Amino acid sequence: MPWYVELARAVVGTIIIFSAVAIVAAMLGVLLERKISAWIQSRIGPTHTGPRGLLQTVADTIKLLQKEYIVPQNADAVIFASAVVVVPLAALLDYVVLPFGTTRWGPLIFRDLNIGVLYFAATSSLIVVGILMAGWGSNNKYALLGGLRSAAQMVSYEIPIGLVLVTISMLAGSLSTVTIVHAQSRLWFIVSQPVSFVIFFIAATAEVNRAPFDLVEAESELVAGYFSEYTGMRFALFQLGEYGEMFAMAALAVTLFFGGWQGPGLPSVVWFLIKLYALVFVFMWVRWTYPRFRIDQLLRFSWKVLIPVALLNLVVTAYFVIVRG
Amino acid sequence: MSGEAVAFYVLAAITLASGVVVVTSPNLVHSAVALVPALLGVTGIYILLNAEFLAGIQVLIYAGGITVLILFVIMLTDGGTGLRVPQRNEQGPIGAALAAATAGLLIAVATRTPWAQGAGTLPSYTPGAIGQSFLGPNVLVFEGTSVLLLVTLVGAILIARKEE
Repeated sequence: MPWYVELARAVVGTIIIFSAVAIVAAMLGVLLERKISAWIQSRIGPTHTGPRGLLQTVADTIKLLQKEYIVPQNADAVIFASAVVVVPLAALLDYVVLPFGTTRWGPLIFRDLNIGVLYFAATSSLIVVGILMAGWGSNNKYALLGGLRSAAQMVSYEIPIGLVLVTISMLAGSLSTVTIVHAQSRLWFIVSQPVSFVIFFIAATAEVNRAPFDLVEAESELVAGYFSEYTGMRFALFQLGEYGEMFAMAALAVTLFFGGWQGPGLPSVVWFLIKLYALVFVFMWVRWTYPRFRIDQLLRFSWKVLIPVALLNLVVTAYFVIVRG
Repeated sequence: MSGEAVAFYVLAAITLASGVVVVTSPNLVHSAVALVPALLGVTGIYILLNAEFLAGIQVLIYAGGITVLILFVIMLTDGGTGLRVPQRNEQGPIGAALAAATAGLLIAVATRTPWAQGAGTLPSYTPGAIGQSFLGPNVLVFEGTSVLLLVTLVGAILIARKEE
């Protein structure tokens, strides 16, 4: 393929991924979050905009587009403005290797990289840089504290996620997400690797900074953490990055443990979306049910519980992979 | 000019420009953040060389890990936060002369070496071969690096616990 075709493909792909994530993950995600939290807390949630409040986040987005950009006094303007780009960009890059379904011409994926899950881990680790930039560039103590907490938390929880990714790719014999899905055509990895799934789910919740690990943006302590000072569309872009990352983590969990797009009867994309939204629902359920950890409990839990268990799981799995041949 | 050459020059320009910011910026945080595009430019060159596994590791460890570590250290120490720290001292001219000499040497070596054209084709999937190499012919280097990192870790813990 000539390079300008590749370049055009990359540009078109970026636009498609951005719009899909903005609509499916961010807008629908925020609405679901509000509806589900309302349901759990015996309220009704947004009802006025559109039928049953369905257009609430669309209205919110239009409102945010009109708001003024405020740069705080003595803030580092360059870092403050560029952090807005880093966080959503890193989240969007995750979607390149996620297979959404299968067609007659092969799996529905933007690019089936042979280092798929490694690529995912690498791009999602870039979010921390953006969060630290936002926290420091705002010149605000709450934002800085949020940024530093986030860095400590995400660096700690990346390790159990990495160990789980190694375990699963060892079972599938490949780092490619498509091959991992194919490897589950007989038995989903959730059955053979339940420990891995629990570790992955806990660490993913921490990695996307959601309750009970949300002390990065703990409202009662830190206002909104690292993005306290952001207004208008910049604020919305951070929200996009956050929900985009949460949906990406849920999609990766579907790919690694729930057989990806595979399922009887319905079209593959539908199966993928059903599994994806089921997991997103669990993320939200957990957020509105459990109280928040303290930072020392959080870090101790990762280093003294999750990482040893993940290492042990890795060794045991390696043993069985070798014995089985 | 082929697409590969265009990509190479663009990536090299990004890496060099960010490298200049890293070295010259009076603000330590700006220097640390500018490391990210520099490291990502190098990642792009790895991808051009079909070393995808290495590229992934480069982003994970360097752009996502080391940079965050550096930023963390800067923000936790007194001097770094927002202050303008001069990056040059009176030894600037000596350093510049040494850097120029090293650059000249490297350019001379790069232009005079008869670069061998690679024989055979690249394997499509490299992680397995890299793993075999680490635990096969290069096991001594690999284990040496592990011991070095372990010693660093123990040393860091020792320094951090000094107050007790």
